[in-house]
Formats: sequence, structure tokens, C-alpha cells
Amino acid sequence: MTTPAALRVQAENLGQSLPALLAQAERLSSALSLGLHGRRRAGAGADFWQYRPAVPGDSARTIDWRRSARSDAPFVREREWQASQGVTFWVDPAKSMQFQGAASRPTKAHRAAVLALALAISLLRGGERVGVEGQGRPRAGMAQVQPMAQALGTPTAAEFGAPSLHDVIAHGRAVVISDFLGDLAPLQQALAEAADKGVRGLLVQVLDPVEEDFPFDGRTIFQSIGGGIAFETQEAGDLRPRYLARLADRKADLARMARALGWHVTCHHTDAPALVPLLWAHQALGVHQ
Amino acid sequence: MFAALTFTQPLLLVGLIALPVLWLILRAIPPAAKRRRFAAVMLLLGLTDDQRQADRTPWWLLVLRIVAVAAAVVGFAGPVLNPTPARPGSGPLLVVVDGGWAEAPDWASRRARIAEILAQAARTARPVALISLTDPPQTPAFQSADVALARANATDPAPWLPGQMAAWAQALPPGEFSSFWLSDGLAHDGRAALQAALAARGDLRIYQSPAAPLALLPPQVKDGAVTVSVLRPLGGPQARIEVIGRGPDPSGVDRELARFVLDLAAAETTGQASLSLPPELRNRLNRFEILGQRSAGSVTLADDSLKRRKVAILSGGSAKEALTLLDQTHYLRQALAPSTEVIEGALTDMLKASPDVVILADVARLTQPETDALADWVDEGGLLLRFAGPRLAASDLSRAEEDPLMPVRLREGGRELGGAMSWGDPRPLAPFPEGSPFHGLAVPPEVTVSQQVLAQPDPDLTTRTIAALADGTPLVTRKTLGDGQVVLFHVTANAEWSSLPLSGLFVQMLERLAVSAGSEPPRPEALQGQVWRAARVLDGYGVGKAAEDLPGVAGEVLGAALNAGPAAGLPPGLYTEGGRSLALNAVSADTVLAPAVWPAGQIIEGLQATAAQALKGPLLALALCLTLIDILAALWLSGRLPAFVRRAVPAVLLGLALSAPTPQAHAQSLPTTSDQTAIAATEGVVLAFVRSGDAALDTLSEQGLQGLSDRLAERTSIEPLAPMGVDIETDELAFFPFLYWPIAPGQPLPSPRAYDRLNAYLRSGGMILFDTRDGDISAGGAATPEADTLRALAQGLDIPPLDVIPQDHILTRSFYLIQTFPGRFDSPILWVEAAPLQADAAEGMPFRPQNDGVTPVVIGANDWASAWATDDYGAALYPIGRGEGGERQREMANRFGINLIMHVLTGNYKSDQVHVPALLERLGE
Repeated sequence: MTTPAALRVQAENLGQSLPALLAQAERLSSALSLGLHGRRRAGAGADFWQYRPAVPGDSARTIDWRRSARSDAPFVREREWQASQGVTFWVDPAKSMQFQGAASRPTKAHRAAVLALALAISLLRGGERVGVEGQGRPRAGMAQVQPMAQALGTPTAAEFGAPSLHDVIAHGRAVVISDFLGDLAPLQQALAEAADKGVRGLLVQVLDPVEEDFPFDGRTIFQSIGGGIAFETQEAGDLRPRYLARLADRKADLARMARALGWHVTCHHTDAPALVPLLWAHQALGVHQ
Repeated sequence: MFAALTFTQPLLLVGLIALPVLWLILRAIPPAAKRRRFAAVMLLLGLTDDQRQADRTPWWLLVLRIVAVAAAVVGFAGPVLNPTPARPGSGPLLVVVDGGWAEAPDWASRRARIAEILAQAARTARPVALISLTDPPQTPAFQSADVALARANATDPAPWLPGQMAAWAQALPPGEFSSFWLSDGLAHDGRAALQAALAARGDLRIYQSPAAPLALLPPQVKDGAVTVSVLRPLGGPQARIEVIGRGPDPSGVDRELARFVLDLAAAETTGQASLSLPPELRNRLNRFEILGQRSAGSVTLADDSLKRRKVAILSGGSAKEALTLLDQTHYLRQALAPSTEVIEGALTDMLKASPDVVILADVARLTQPETDALADWVDEGGLLLRFAGPRLAASDLSRAEEDPLMPVRLREGGRELGGAMSWGDPRPLAPFPEGSPFHGLAVPPEVTVSQQVLAQPDPDLTTRTIAALADGTPLVTRKTLGDGQVVLFHVTANAEWSSLPLSGLFVQMLERLAVSAGSEPPRPEALQGQVWRAARVLDGYGVGKAAEDLPGVAGEVLGAALNAGPAAGLPPGLYTEGGRSLALNAVSADTVLAPAVWPAGQIIEGLQATAAQALKGPLLALALCLTLIDILAALWLSGRLPAFVRRAVPAVLLGLALSAPTPQAHAQSLPTTSDQTAIAATEGVVLAFVRSGDAALDTLSEQGLQGLSDRLAERTSIEPLAPMGVDIETDELAFFPFLYWPIAPGQPLPSPRAYDRLNAYLRSGGMILFDTRDGDISAGGAATPEADTLRALAQGLDIPPLDVIPQDHILTRSFYLIQTFPGRFDSPILWVEAAPLQADAAEGMPFRPQNDGVTPVVIGANDWASAWATDDYGAALYPIGRGEGGERQREMANRFGINLIMHVLTGNYKSDQVHVPALLERLGE
């Protein structure tokens, strides 16, 4: 993985898949019509807010001479205050996300990347700052999209992902996308750290329908995607109710954790359209509130 | 039915004991677990199974597997249904086949029986010899049964019957051996001897089919009716046998001309039917055959004996009623009446009846229309037979110069021998010389000639003499005239001048001249000294085929065979000599078919046998099928069937499609080479050259034609494709409008078949440019090896009269106006088809009207290919002349080539310009 040749091959493969990924994400994000949202009050910004008579203390540089020339008193041109949020994404790069229940559906990793990118693009259009965990602080501008897409496309060798939220700025927002099928302890720790910094955010659980239904029968050996963990059963069908119960427990745990910290949780299936969680995420982020 | 089931390897059946063990082993193995990738495996860890799933193989799968193994074990044990009972004896085995036409109808079952016997011998590794009694006797060698089997499969019945059984009895191999004898059930000379000899060597078994062969005897002509007889060896129940007569219809197509039913009464061995046919139909019949019988014996060929020739007799003298015996034509009529239709009357009337022969007995004077009509008739293939007499001797016919209807010039007066006023005695005949149609006929000493007309000693008198007196004086002379011939007997047709008409020799001579044909088969003496050739021969099944490669047969041998029947080297068929034909039939008129008589105690078996049916193959196939089903079932049980089907089914289908292509599909999908050639040659105009066999010359021809094709494409609207080489022996010529044929010295001559094709090509409008490529040395008229080769080549070609190309030939103006035709050499002589003689140039026109036809050949020596040849870049390949003049010559060569191809493709269209003034004049009006 570290040889330059392998890196190059990987990069080229990525480069080939990136435009498609980006195009998908762009198409998705264009469904959200957004603009730079004003704060409905004067402040630092680009858009005109109001003219007001100059008061002592105003810098001479702030006086709008063109407006002042039309009357006797000097006027100051105020702009609307525009502030942007810093949103940090963590998308699970682990092997388990590579699972694909059927050829007609994308892998969970792909859906997660599309979702993250689309959300990022729409946020960038809205003037927010966006970053990926591990890539430094969030930055504004569409130039962020390309490095972000590259960062999202790199899988790791781990079976299950362990989220970290070190790069989240204080009082910023975080979006964690994963299947949350591994150990939940690292997540809990990361969320606790983030909550200390006043960070709120979203947990998006991406699952394949197979994982939701467990449509298996007979003597089966289940292996993790990396092959590291195996479980053998004589009759898979008998396990179904107990598996479904455990999955429901897992979802309940997530919801409980999020509620405690003021985060939002959703579960998305790869056979459902990606727009639904996107709209939800946008709403839940509440950046324009 | 299983009573007759045996095993070749019964010990292997012990393997069936292992089946219960297999049952236990198979039961213990659960189906393999499915492996699945599953991301949520963490959620499963720690769960335990409530119940153990049935890890045993399903019972039906077990049964399937047990049956498969059982089928394999039983299959390998070699079960045989209806096994042939083992033959006693294990030593060498001699298989004897009669092999005559009598076995042809059921030859297939006989061959199968032989194959079965040989296969059995092969199983026990017995050495085998296979002999056919129709072959010449020779001691057979014992060999492997496989070799004998291959021979047996390639053997067909001979179109004759076995005749040398006694000799075969002497030629048997030494030592002990057992024998199988497939007999045709007919009595043959020496059968008892051979049977005794075989029985003495060891076990002898005889097979004989209960079906008796039918034989058709040669047709006999009695009182104008054709009688056909059918023969059978044993009197069986009543039978109705259909016989058909075949022959060519007026357009030459073989057709059924007559069909009649012949009744064989119960217990009778022969049956007859006679039918009367109009002479025209009867003369066309060339074979009779029994419907539904496939053997040479059920076919009989008809020859001249069935034909009745029409003979027109014209006598010079007015008939004197009192003197019948002195009548000129009395003896002729007596000789011809039994076998021919004699017509008499006025000559012009008789010619209208299209007789085969016209006999003029002492006729000297014919009117001019009569002479012309007679000459035309002879020219078309008639035979004119003339006899001398007092009138002819007295006339001045053919005196000063040869009359067209007389073979020789005659001296005045004739001569008289042995009379009161002459010195010599009447002269006997000299033996007939070789080459004469009478050669081989015995000359009776009592035949003498006392008076005759004499021939002038002209240069070709010797060659025209076909019979002479002892002193060498010509007695019968003959010359050919067109397709026919004129024969003159220098004596009278009555006994006045000679005793010839009184002798049997006279009748034989008439027969030899094909004037008459005896209805009886000729005696061997009558065929003495002649060489007959087989025209068509029959095979054992009675199918006729053209006999091209058979050598000629001496007449006496053929005559002997007519009595003794055909034999090896002398197959039945139609033999011809001169204008006569003679049929040698498998069954002659005196053939007797008698059933074979075997000594008491000899076991005779019928041919029918139930074939042993080996069940090994079907059982192993069943085992294989069950195994395949088992694979599918196992896949299905483990849930992999859908994936397997998805991947494997297309591959299996593809494999099936590739491994079992039907021959028809194969033939349709892959066009043969000749089809490809034909398509390539007909996609456009293709210039072609004849492959000479000399690679360098062929390359030169191809380059030359390529250069010419390029010039044509540049300058004219003809855009030829790449030139092709043709092999005149094998390739189809009809695709090519033009053939360039460079002559190499010593080129092999084409085969007759190739000549036929070349002539058809020339007749159908093709053109060949012969190039002897020696214009530098042959210009002065010197004979060169190439010219000799061309002469030899062209001998077989249908080439019209040639002429040196005239100034106004169409070739001089078909595209360019040229007057020379140079190639690499500049010989002015170019040969083309001669212009019609009557063509004259019209007033004011520069050339004669020659509006028809393209000259089929152009012959020259200028090595045009070298002048035309260019390389891939269009640069000339061979130097011509020097400098500017040479280039000019090359240009003229190219122009000649273009004119030539234009001439080939447009014909004489440029010649139509002669009509331009007339057309203009008409338009003006």
C-alpha cells in the first residue's frame, strides 16, 4: 500500500471513480436550494443590510459617501452579518462498510461517501465551512470538495470503524456516518469528547437491507468482510429473531447516546433514495436557524 | 428378455457388495456449509443453535448416488443382451463368401452377418481370412479380424457368379481351421468339392438366405416381338414380376420406355412375356430390368440384336420375273430380311424414311438431285453400300475422276477370269488384312471371283481396300464421306460374277459392316480378330457406369464370354466396335439357375440373427447422467445452484454448440474455397491468367495483368479487381472474360476434360490471349519450342480459322487507334479469327463490316506481360528497348492491352460505326 506504484494505481482508480462520485453528490445536493443565509442583523458580511446615520465613533472609512451626498448627514452603509458553521465529517472507512447485499445496491461505503459529499457540497454552497476528520480544520469554498472526496474514498484495513472527532472546532457541528455494527465504546468516547467542546451533530447509520432482514437459512458460516471474524451456525433461520432483537438493541443504544448529548440519529438503508437522509441531515444540522 | 443377459466380466459384479458400505459412508457426511460474508457478524457472536440441523444427506440423494455407482459397476461388468452363442473352436477362421450378383439384393444383411462373425472373432483374437469366390483363386493369408473387417466392409458383390470353386478348393490354406460359408443358394460347379475340402479342414458352417435371386434373360426377337424371360432357381408360389425397359428418349435422356408384368406360375422356374413395340421405340431400348431387384442378374442389356435397321435397296436392272435367282437383289434380300427392315422404292422416297443403310446394286446413273440428296445423307452418317455389275462396268462413272459416291476410280471394262476368253482361273479371296472390318473372318476356299470391276491404282487405293483377291486385286473398297462411308463391292450382288453371295461369308461381311445384325449372339469365330471396347459396364448391383479405363477386349475372348458368362476382368456391359454393339450380360440365354445341393448332415443356417446388444454403453451413460444430476442436486442443496446455473449454462451451451455442429450447418457456414474464389472472381471484372506451373512465369503474368488492370482503371471506366491465376484443370473458367496464357516450352498438355472446359469457354464468348513470348526470334518465322508447344496445346482447342490481323480489325480501334501491337518485343504478326470472306469494304468506308463476335483467341509472341508489368508503386518492372523509343513501345503495349480488354468487354461495338452514315441519312430525312 505504501509503494509509490501502488499509491499511484490507487490514486488513478480513485481519480476515475471520483468524478462519478462527485457528480452523484452534486446532483443530490442540487435538490436542496440554499443560499448564504443572512443572520438578519448587521454585521460582517457581503450583502447590504441598511444605511444608518453615522454616529460618533463610526470610522470615517465606514461612511458611504455616495449615500451621504444625497442628504446632509453622513450615512454609514451596514452589511448583514453573515457567519458560517464549521462542519466536520467522519465517514466510517472500515471493511464492514464495503458490504453489498445485492449487486443492484451500492456498498454502504459508497452510499455513505455520496451522502457525505452531497451534504458537504450543499453546505459549501451555503457558505459553511466543511472538513473531514483527519484533514484539519473545516474550510470554506468549493475547493474543499476534491480533497474531501479523496479522503472519503480511502478504506482502511480495520474490520469496524472507531470514530474520532479531534478536528471538530469548538461549538462546531459533526456528522458521523457509519453502520455502527462494531464496538460502540470508541463512539461513545468520541461523542463525549466532542460534547465537551460544545459540539453537536448527527449520527447517520447506513445499513444494507440484508442486515436488516437476515434472510438466511441452513448451515452457514458467517464471515466478516475482512474475513477476520467467523461465526458458524447449523441453522441460520433459527437465529433470525435473536439477531433482529440485537439489532434493535443496537439502534436503541445509539438513540439513547445521542439523546443524552443532544445529537440526532437516523438510520438509512442503501436501497432507499439518498435524498431522504440528505434532507433530514440538512434539517437536523439546523445551520440556518 | 433378461433370460438372454450375460456379462463379459461377471467378476466385477462383486463390486456391488460395496454398495451398503457406501450407503453408510454417504449418510455420515453432511452437506458442506455455505460461507457467507456478513458485516453484522458481531451481532451474531455468542448466539447458539437451538437445534442441530439434519446434517445427513437426503435419502433421495443417497438413492441417486447408490444407483449411479451400481450402474457403473454393472456397466463395467459388460452386460450383453441376446448374446450370440459362443462358436465352438478357437483356431483360425476362414470366412467364405460366394460374392456373386445373386447375393446383391441382400448384400447389406450379408455384410452385417460377416461383420458380426468377424467382430466375434476379434473378441476372441482368432486370425481370420476372408475370401470371395468370385475372385481368381489364390491362397488367402490369415490376418487380424480388424483387417478382414475393413475388407469386408469395402467389398461389393461382383457382377458375375463364382465359377472356380474347384480351383478354390485347391487353393485353401494349409492346416486346420474352421469355416463359415455365406452361400448364394445356387448350384455352381465345384461347390461339392469345395464343401468337402472345407469340411475336411475343420468345423464348417453354412449360411444361406431363403430368398432366391431372380434373373432376367436377354431379350429375344421372335416374329417382330421382343420376348423377355425371368428365371428363378426354385419353383415357389405364383409371382407377378414387373419388368421395365429403358432407353434414351429423342433428346437423349434415359427414360422408361416400356413396362410390363410377367407372371411366374406357381412351382414354375421360368416365365415369359413378349411385347411388340414400334421399331422406333424398340431401337431405342438399351436395357431391361426387374423392378425392385438390385442385382446385375436382374438387368439385361440390349444390343444390336434388338435393333432392326432400315435398309433401302435400289437395283439398277428392271426385274425379270422369270429369273429371280439372277436378280441383283435377291441374295441381299435373303440375307437381310430376317434381321432388318428392307424398304424398296424410289431413291428420294426411301431417303425420306431415313434408312440406316442404302444399297445400290449395279446402279450407275443417278439424277443430280438424287446424287445430292444421297451425298447429304451419307455426309450425315449414312452407310452407302454399292455393288458393281454390268451397268457400272459399262458406264463412265468415276472413270476420269473420282465420283463423290464412289470410293475409288474404276478402270474401263473390268476383267474376267476363268471365262472362255480369259487365261486365269477364278480367283479366291486373300485373308482379310489387319485393320479391315472383316479381319478375322475365315475365308472359305470355295468362294471365287470370276469377274469384277477394277480400281485405278490411285495413291490411296491401298488404304481404301478392305478386302482383296489372292492376287491383290481390290474386291471391296471403302472411303469415308463426312460422318458416313461409301463401300463398293467390286462384284455383283448376285452369283453372276462370284460365288460370294452364295456363301455364309457374305452374311458375316454384311454384319461386320453393320448392315445387319444377327438376332442370335455371334459365335466366337465371328468376332475373330476384332478389338471390342467396353462402353458401359454393370456392377454387382446392376448399376451401369461408363467404362473409360477398361482395356479393349479381343473379339474371340468376348465371344467365349458370351457363352460362358462374364468373369473377372470382363464385366458385363455393352461392348462396341465400329458401329456395332454387343451386350455381355450377367445372365446369358442358356444360363440355368439351380438350387444348391448340400450333402446330408451339413447344417444350413438362415441369415436372420438377433444382433447381440451390448448394454455396457447405455449403463455407463446412465451412471454418468446420474452423477451429473447428483452434482446439480448437491449444488442445489448447498444453495449454489443459481450461481452455478448462471455461470455454467452459457458455457455448457457454448460447448454443445461447438462440439456437435451439424454437418449441414458446417457446410453452410463455411463456404468452400471454390465458393470464395467464385465470389472473389465475380465481384467485378477480373483478368485471369493460366497458371503454367512455372512460379516465375506465373508471377510475371500476375504482375503484367496487375499493371494492365491499373492502366485500365486509370484511363477507362473498366476498373478490374486484382488478377487471378486459374488452373484450367480444376478451376471454373466461366467467371473470367479474358485469359492470358503465356506459353512455356514443354508445358504439359491439358487433360481431355480441361479441353472440354476450354472449348466451352471459347464457345461461350471467352477470349484467350496466347503469348509465346519469343517475338525476338520468331519474328522471322522461325520455329521455336514455344511455338511447337502452342501448336500441340491448340490441337485440342476448338479454334476457328485464323488470319494475321488485318488493318481494319476492330482491335485497332476499340479504344485507341493503333496499328502495331508491341509488347516487350515488336513482332508485327498477331493472329486473330479470320474475317468472313464475303466481307468487303463499303464505298467510302475505311473498314469492312464485321459486326459479329469477338475473336476467341489472339495469338502473338510479344511477351505483353513483361511490358505491362508494374511493381506496387506503378513503376515498370522490365526494361523495354532503349530510352524514349522503349517507353513509347511500352505505351503502345499498354494501349494494345486496353484495346484488347475493351474488345473483350464491348465486342465489335466500334464496328457499328459503319452504320453511322446510314443513320445520319435517315435522321436527315
